[in-house]
Amino acid sequence: MNLMSLTAVQLGREIKEKEVSVTEAVEAALKQIDANEAELNCYVTVDRDGALKRAAEVQKLIDEGALKNPLAGVPVAVKDNMCTKGLLTTCSSKILGNFVPTYTSEAVLNLEKAGAVIIGKTNMDEFAMGSTTETSAFGVTRNPWNKEHVPGGSSGGSAAAVAAEECSYALGSDTGGSIRQPSSFCGVTGMKPTYGTISRYGLIAYGSSLDQIGPVAKDVTDCAAVLSTAASYDPKDSTSIKRDDYDFMSALVDDVKGLKIGIPRDYFGDGLDSEVKEAVLAAAKKLEEQGAVVEEFDLSLVEYAIPAYYVIASAEASSNLARFDGVKYGYRAKEFEGLHHMYKKTRSEGFGAEVKRRIMLGSFVLSSGYYDAYYLKALRTKALIKQAFDKAFEKYDIILGPAAPTTAPRLGESLSDPIKMYLGDIYTISVNLAGLPGISVPCGTDSKGLPIGLQLIGNCFAEKTLIRAAYSFEQTRSYARCEAAKKMD
Amino acid sequence: MANVITDEIIDYVGILAKLELSSEEKEQAKKDMANMLDYIDRLNELDTAGVEPMSHVFPVNNVFREDVVVNGDDSEHILANAPESKDSSFMVPKTVE
Amino acid sequence: MKQYETVIGLEVHVELATKTKIFCSCSTAFGGAPNTHTCPVCTGMPGSLPVLNKQVVEYAMAVGLATNCEITRKNIFDRKNYFYPDNPQNYQISQLYHPICTNGGVEIETAEGKKTIGIHEIHMEEDAGKLIHDDWEDCSLVDFNRSGVPLIEIVSEPDMRSADEVIAYLDKLRMIIQYLGASDCKLQEGSMRADVNLSVREAGASEYGTRTETKNLNSFKAIARAIEAERERQIDLIESGKQVVQETRRWDDNKEYSYAMRSKEDAQDYRYFPEPDLVPVVIDDAWIERVKAAQPEFREEKKARYIAEFGLPEYDADILTGSKKMASLFEETTAICKKPKKVSNWLMVETMRLLKEKEMEPEDLTFSPENLAKLIELADSGAINSSVAKEVFEVVFGKNIDPDKYVEENGLKTVHDEGALRAVIEEVIANNPQSVADYRNGKEKAIGFLVGQTMKAMKGKADPGMINKVLKEYLLKD
Repeated sequence: MNLMSLTAVQLGREIKEKEVSVTEAVEAALKQIDANEAELNCYVTVDRDGALKRAAEVQKLIDEGALKNPLAGVPVAVKDNMCTKGLLTTCSSKILGNFVPTYTSEAVLNLEKAGAVIIGKTNMDEFAMGSTTETSAFGVTRNPWNKEHVPGGSSGGSAAAVAAEECSYALGSDTGGSIRQPSSFCGVTGMKPTYGTISRYGLIAYGSSLDQIGPVAKDVTDCAAVLSTAASYDPKDSTSIKRDDYDFMSALVDDVKGLKIGIPRDYFGDGLDSEVKEAVLAAAKKLEEQGAVVEEFDLSLVEYAIPAYYVIASAEASSNLARFDGVKYGYRAKEFEGLHHMYKKTRSEGFGAEVKRRIMLGSFVLSSGYYDAYYLKALRTKALIKQAFDKAFEKYDIILGPAAPTTAPRLGESLSDPIKMYLGDIYTISVNLAGLPGISVPCGTDSKGLPIGLQLIGNCFAEKTLIRAAYSFEQTRSYARCEAAKKMD
Repeated sequence: MANVITDEIIDYVGILAKLELSSEEKEQAKKDMANMLDYIDRLNELDTAGVEPMSHVFPVNNVFREDVVVNGDDSEHILANAPESKDSSFMVPKTVE
Repeated sequence: MKQYETVIGLEVHVELATKTKIFCSCSTAFGGAPNTHTCPVCTGMPGSLPVLNKQVVEYAMAVGLATNCEITRKNIFDRKNYFYPDNPQNYQISQLYHPICTNGGVEIETAEGKKTIGIHEIHMEEDAGKLIHDDWEDCSLVDFNRSGVPLIEIVSEPDMRSADEVIAYLDKLRMIIQYLGASDCKLQEGSMRADVNLSVREAGASEYGTRTETKNLNSFKAIARAIEAERERQIDLIESGKQVVQETRRWDDNKEYSYAMRSKEDAQDYRYFPEPDLVPVVIDDAWIERVKAAQPEFREEKKARYIAEFGLPEYDADILTGSKKMASLFEETTAICKKPKKVSNWLMVETMRLLKEKEMEPEDLTFSPENLAKLIELADSGAINSSVAKEVFEVVFGKNIDPDKYVEENGLKTVHDEGALRAVIEEVIANNPQSVADYRNGKEKAIGFLVGQTMKAMKGKADPGMINKVLKEYLLKD
């Protein structure tokens, strides 16, 4: 049996039942990495020795009965924007190319406490800015379903690693769709929790008011298990929210009878690929057949989410990324004349084009004379978008739509036209603006054999409803593995 | 309505953001920023009069820490990634003339 | 020459007396090797996040209430973006749009009379790190120990017209803040820093002139000198037909000269926006009432009470309440020994003399009220004479020793043994026939020499009153 073909929870069970050792699990993941990495480039760093050493430690704790978590001993990949003590953390940027944190992000710490084994750090769009994982300073990641296509982004490395079975599950981060869109492109399940559910401490910020860590996994059960483990109230994160209940696995119930599902008409207009549309509507039909009440409605304001998002995220990013200046850590230009030149050369050489584009835009919209017209206008738009969702959730338990307007584009197609690339986030971005939980679940493939993702959106703090709906839908189909995943079968 | 980004604006933003662009990059940046601003200007179609700008999505207030010293000397870790350091300090080009 | 009026507003930064920094649990203690009081938060490490120290809000509210400000009910922190190596995140967390206190004022008194200086706002923010310039290596070294130390910035209205008013205003603020225990307000050490916004205009003009901001003022004297110099500089410019440029200037107190801190890399466009990593601070009536109830007795009330309760002269009460430390030493010592006037005298005369001699501030005093009370008891009971008492006090002042023990160990008690004294006096009289003769011939001052000789022979431990009495007895009996 190929251990990597199991879901994380299945593998965890095998380990607990002593059918499989933690070392065997880690070795299986490393073998799969060896088989695929040369082509796919899912990882920036593979921590071979660290993972094997850790495997022995975790095995001991499991044997002692000290670790009960369903994920104990299971190999996990972590997006390279989460700090990991002693392990290179680059944000896929040259400017952090040599940064080894001396602290671990809270989300990763929570997984480690539960016995997770970190296998490596996954590739991403530089500083999570991008939708294709092509802006990484360490090379593109390829889609395991078709290597001529992108895996999506920015958590493209995490989604591709899960699809290619180079890890059992992964952590991603989602600022405007960066978990859900690559999950959709790679045929895996990815979830963005309600803002504040998983601590951001140690997550290298892009847009602080929008960033949220979440699981990328093979199925909804794994997502629920990861969420239950990684989520916590963290006094180190002022925006962390104390939840009443962290047992998300109890929501894994196959029952949508009476669940009210709204489909925004505005999500099915121009720009939506017809095959994606068909697959998503078929998924809605499936849920209806199982007893959900499905109806169409007008969400409104959808087209304003992207411009508002780019103002807010770029403004926050321009400030968040100011700390990368060659003084305290990371890259410093080799030659310069004086302090300000050192800053400029370090940052100009250290950041890639897309990051610079957003820093420039963000600096501009906050600059004297433009703050009200751009920044405050965007915050007002955000308030209206939140109101629109609040209104929708008065009527519906779940909002259903596509995760992205198309399947994964070919490599190199997107970057030439930034605005077109930004439009690809149209269904995911407003969820971040409103702080809502959302999940992308595979719902089919297009004629090219590329996966299509169904996005379900829940009301804030209603992860359990979301998990129940996603789980119920998932029961209607079986998990499809890509060829790359089957290499070691 | 089309936005025009001049050299002056790009240079000014470069000073704010501490970015030095080559002339080629600068031309691209002017174009990109103008396009983005044209796109962002769509927000002006929305009537937001009387709408309170929303910075935080959830009404969470008053998150505090008690005034108790917890951290000790962590200077070794703090300086571990410094590109250049001396005397347990970060070393930078001289800040005064 | 035309008559000019000087218009001055102050931006006063005060380091709050919290134990920890504003956004992390690092110590604010002074000293310590570079970067030993730092963590990922106050050094701007990637992924670190700020969490607000509640005590900072309490102190800021307390100062606001004591300066008659309105308290903002919904407080938001903003990021002020600028690049500098002492600013680890390259943004400072501050408050621009919703400062915690607004619209207050304090009354000052100068030779010109009483006047109210308006306070535009008080906001909370974090301090920057420290840069040390290394000439040897031609570089600067950054120490983040001070980075994240909480500050309040008190912004006055442009209500001051002279250096005297500025000093009076600063003194008033310092007194209030010290009494609150919100800061020790030491200008020299930088826990209180004042930037001077100054413009001049023709007397009678209704519009303000162009103002400059002068920084790096480390003492009241430097402030007075800088104000005078800047006033003259601006008048000279105007008189010679030039314009005053709105700019920030740095004062060099050694050269008594200021220079413009200009840089083309300095756009002065701080791109403030609400800090997304912190949530609002909402202050309700109950919280304000709690802070109000905890306000101490301030100087004016204390002064009145000292006069009424302890019967002190107004002059004494004024000096004692001039520093919180003095006032509390007075109250605590009096509570022990019940001799307010005696306590007042020790504080006003000997303590003030030593402070001046050692160039110290009352806040630097380290001796305990217990030891001062013991000393007063020793002197008052005649156990030691007054010059011994002064000597002992110097040691108490310096090392806070126990006077009882010290007097005992060093054998400083006054000798009350009249027999021993008589023996010494007989000897002194025998050895100094000239002085004795002088006295007897009517030169009364000659007795002083004989007293001195006696005291010397008694190693200073005699009771001067008794020496006088016994000496006279011998001198008059022939």
